[in-house]
Amino acid sequence: MIQGISIYEILTVTTVLFFIGVYGFLTRKNLISMLISVELILNASVVNFVVINKYLYPDMLQGAVYAIFIIAVAAAETALAISIIINLYRQINSVEVKDTEVMKH
Amino acid sequence: MDILSLFIVVPVLTILVLVFTRNLKQARLVSVVGSLVQLGMAINLVFAYLKERAINSDIMVFTKDVVWFEQFNIHYTIGVDGISVALLLLTAIVVLAGVFISWKMYDLPKEFFISLIVLSIGVYGFFISIDLFTMFVFFEIAVIPMYLLIGIWGSGPKEYSAMKLTLMLMGASAVLLVGILGIYFNSNADGGALTFNILEIAKANIPFEVQKLFFPLTFIGFAVIGALFPFHTWSPDGHASAPTAVSMLHAGVLMKLGGYGVFRVAMYLLPEGALHWSWIFIILSVIGVVYGAFSAIKQTDLKYINAYSSVSHLGLVLFALLMLNKTAWNGAILQSLSHGFMTALFFALIGMIYSRTHTRDITKLGGLLKVIPFISVIYVIAGLASLGLPGFSGFVAEMNIFVGAFQQEGLFMRIATILSVSVIVITAVYILRVVGIMLMGPIKNESYLTLEKVTWYERFGILLLLIPIVGIGVAPLWLSDMILESLQPFIQGLL
Amino acid sequence: MDISYIILIPIIPLVVFLLLGIFNQKIKPGISGYVGVFGLLASTTLSFYAAYQYFFVYGKVDGVFQTFSEKTVWMNFTDTLHIDMGILVDPISVMMLVVVSVVSLMVHMYSRGYMKGDEGYTKFFAFLSLFTFSMYGLVLATNLFQIYIFWELVGVSSYLLIGYYYTKTAAIAAAKKAFIVTRFADFGFLIGILIIGFYTGTFDFETLNNPEGSVILNWAATSFMGLSVITWALILIFIGGAGKSAMFPLHIWLPDAMEGPTPVSALIHAATMVVAGVFLVARLFPMFYFVEDGFALNIVAYVGAFSALFAAIIAITQTDIKRVLAFSTMSQLGYMMLALGVSGYEGHEGVGYMASMFHLFTHAMFKALLFLGAGSVIHAVHSNYLKDMGGLRKYMPITNITFLIAALAIAGVPPLAGFWSKDEILVAAFEHNKLIYYVGVFVAGLTAFYMFRIYFGIFWGKERTYDHKPKESPLSMTLPLIVLAFLSVTAGFIPFSEFVTADKAGFEAHLNYPLAAVATGVGLIGIVLAWIFYKNENSLSDRYAKAFGPLYKWASDKFYFDEIYMFVAKKILFKRVSEPIAKFDKKYVDGTMVGIGNKTVLTSKKIKGIQSGKVQDYAFAFIAGVVVLALVFIYLWPN
Repeated sequence: MIQGISIYEILTVTTVLFFIGVYGFLTRKNLISMLISVELILNASVVNFVVINKYLYPDMLQGAVYAIFIIAVAAAETALAISIIINLYRQINSVEVKDTEVMKH
Repeated sequence: MDILSLFIVVPVLTILVLVFTRNLKQARLVSVVGSLVQLGMAINLVFAYLKERAINSDIMVFTKDVVWFEQFNIHYTIGVDGISVALLLLTAIVVLAGVFISWKMYDLPKEFFISLIVLSIGVYGFFISIDLFTMFVFFEIAVIPMYLLIGIWGSGPKEYSAMKLTLMLMGASAVLLVGILGIYFNSNADGGALTFNILEIAKANIPFEVQKLFFPLTFIGFAVIGALFPFHTWSPDGHASAPTAVSMLHAGVLMKLGGYGVFRVAMYLLPEGALHWSWIFIILSVIGVVYGAFSAIKQTDLKYINAYSSVSHLGLVLFALLMLNKTAWNGAILQSLSHGFMTALFFALIGMIYSRTHTRDITKLGGLLKVIPFISVIYVIAGLASLGLPGFSGFVAEMNIFVGAFQQEGLFMRIATILSVSVIVITAVYILRVVGIMLMGPIKNESYLTLEKVTWYERFGILLLLIPIVGIGVAPLWLSDMILESLQPFIQGLL
Repeated sequence: MDISYIILIPIIPLVVFLLLGIFNQKIKPGISGYVGVFGLLASTTLSFYAAYQYFFVYGKVDGVFQTFSEKTVWMNFTDTLHIDMGILVDPISVMMLVVVSVVSLMVHMYSRGYMKGDEGYTKFFAFLSLFTFSMYGLVLATNLFQIYIFWELVGVSSYLLIGYYYTKTAAIAAAKKAFIVTRFADFGFLIGILIIGFYTGTFDFETLNNPEGSVILNWAATSFMGLSVITWALILIFIGGAGKSAMFPLHIWLPDAMEGPTPVSALIHAATMVVAGVFLVARLFPMFYFVEDGFALNIVAYVGAFSALFAAIIAITQTDIKRVLAFSTMSQLGYMMLALGVSGYEGHEGVGYMASMFHLFTHAMFKALLFLGAGSVIHAVHSNYLKDMGGLRKYMPITNITFLIAALAIAGVPPLAGFWSKDEILVAAFEHNKLIYYVGVFVAGLTAFYMFRIYFGIFWGKERTYDHKPKESPLSMTLPLIVLAFLSVTAGFIPFSEFVTADKAGFEAHLNYPLAAVATGVGLIGIVLAWIFYKNENSLSDRYAKAFGPLYKWASDKFYFDEIYMFVAKKILFKRVSEPIAKFDKKYVDGTMVGIGNKTVLTSKKIKGIQSGKVQDYAFAFIAGVVVLALVFIYLWPN
């Protein structure tokens, strides 16, 4: 609970953060940038979990636990994604989305 | 093991043995033995049925019921009456003849015979099922090997034909499935559980609105495989591309599933719907009858002629089924049998002529009576049977249909009847045209002078098909009475 | 009367047929000829025995010939309608047994000589037996359906025998034509049978023909377009009969059918099968007579009279001797039909019926003789055409004499057979319908004329140069000629009116001297005219032919009926119906189905771009979908 700041302000910030992530994911051509955008989305939801837990059910910890859970998963996912991207880079010398189309064939 | 399930088990065993065969000789030996056993079973079944019928007055005898899928009340329910017994015998004979005709199938023989026997499993299963869902499953089993048989062993534009045939029949199956499910979900109209059992459903009073909705779906679903105009176009192309034995089985047996299904499911379960819609299907079937015959006049490819003739003859079956009386139905069943033998015989003969002359174009053939007399004479006999000459099965069937159709009063029915009777003239035209051009006349090609004489296995296959044609034609009483008796409960359900 | 042995009469030829048919390749030709002849000899003996038993021993009870029948159910249609197979013995069926047996036996014997050396010798005898079996079955039929069954079988035997020389294009075409034209007529016949079956509930002749039976008494119960349905049925059945009996306008197949071997023409297309139509009308005569006061019978009379005249005119102009005989057959069949048409029922009223049957009997004898004689001539000179013949009387004395006897018989010269039967026909016509009588007399004159035209043309006139010197045929061929000539002389003295009458009671027939004199006179005029024109070659006939101008041309082209039928069949049915249907099927019906397939492929091609494989496109679709759904759920979804 932070004095002077209601849940609405914080939720507004996380929403903005979420949609920045979505926007980034849809428009970035670079796989790394897209990965960063996905991180933004995840972080927005992590903040939401924590905030909603704190403001609505202060006696409980599930939100916080979930946040940690997401951070852990996100770390693993990032590691995996980065490794894929590096592998891809070794193959096609590019991290551009449009160049990954070769994988279709 | 009960007498009916054997019809599934024996072909399955045959297939299992076939898997281990190594060459054509072994494969055809196993197939011949398997089909001979089936023919024996079918003949045995006829006698067993006649004996059973004397003491048992149930609609279906030799019934057996095994729960298959309890949640939806799907059972493996089997049983036969006179109609299915007759059709089983037809199937057994045609399959055996088909195996004999494929004596020289050098191309992937094992796989060919396996597909052929899978097809026959579907057909046998279809004819013995009383459960709608089981019936539908067997229907699909019968249709699908067709794709492989035509696509792999066919000739000409075989992929196209196989695809067309399969897609149209699958489309029909989709329509049919909707119809069957419609029946299923209304099978508890009088309370009780939903059921797929035909005999149970027949006792329920399915509301008229429902019948009106689902009759056309069920009818068309089955009638497509019975070559109802205008859904018949898969059949000429399919026949033309299919190898001989497949054409035989296809036209001889598979197309009978349509008429049988219409009769067993659409007519029996949805009689009020049938009455309501019959006019439109009568128009379509009469068009099919006349139109098929006229189309056949102009064709030059033997297989096309036969395919269109099948459209015409099977149109007559559907027409008779729509006449909703015992005589016409008897005619429809007899016509199914008769056409089955006749058309299988035709395709067998066409296959023999083609394998010798390498053409099916009648304008290139001529004077075959002189060089291959046995095949030609049988072709003439088959032709005469096809145009409804007394003494052959076609006459018996057609007369039942016409007399039955004439029981229907009213100008519309009369005109439809007279139009369908007119087919006896048109049929004569196209049959005699082929006989005149192909078999008689001078020999058109020097190389035909040295055609190979008929072999013993071909002779056997031909006679196997010819005997029932003549048998039914000369002494139809026992068969026709057996069928008439089995029709009794159906006609009572209608009234 | 025990009639069960009669079943053997048809069975024997059937067995012979199966024997010769199945072992076609294995039997030596010499043996197969004997098998055929002796088989038929057995049937003939039985037929004569049956005739004797029936007419003189058992048949007549209280002055009326009884009808005996034995039958068994062959197939059930409904509880009441069924097809029976059996034998029906009454005066006309017994008479027909005799006719069929005699002619068939003669033809069998004759064929042993005529077909000698032909490669299909055994096959020929097999077909002859098949035909004889079918014809016996036809005349013994107990009901309409049985007669229809054998009707079709004689039709197919006729097809097989016309097309016997199957490598000849003309023979194939003729066989096909004969079958299809008669099949077309049978279409009418079948509908007629269906009508009778539906409205009367029976096919059985005895029930249908009973003058006091419910069928005849209740003919007016149902009507259609102003006529009783039974009348319609009878008209349709008559169409069937007209097809078989080559009545106008369904006659076109008969002349072409002469492409078959000559013994076949004698047996099938002169003496037996073609009279099946007459027999059919006679078989149903009570119905024809009583229903609607004989409306259908009038049609029979006029069709018969017209055909008789029409065919006689054409016969004068033909140059193929077999075709002349064919048209003569058609003309005489018309005679029989018109006699039936003008007949009454009871006692002397029924003289037309009696005369028709009498003429059928005598005509079978002398027409078979004419054909066999013509065959003998053709055998000798290897041509069918008059222009290749002449002066043959020196070379073929037996053929000459027997042919002359037959020609005199058909011309109606007393006391030969044709005179008696023709006279009765003219009496019947005179008593009932003057117009038909005059036609009949005129036709009698024409008959004498064209018959003697070919007689003089063949046996007199100038000799041609022959490749081989023509010689008399062997005994196997001349013996039947002599037997038939004997019958042609004597058959007229049979007191037919005591045996075969409409009411089966029999009556005393008297020669009507004025009418007989007129008929004979007309016949003699015809003969004399033919003498003047054709005895010696002269240009008289050509000049007269020129004088008739177009009429002669039309007649010699058979009034273009072949062309009309060809036009309808080829130009209209083939070109305008069949071909468009075949095209329609390929283009539209099949096209629609194929089109559905192609459209599916096209559509899938169009929408497959959506599946681009780009993550961002999918993500965009996903998010857009979420947004849209959110909006829908929030604002548009009703609570």
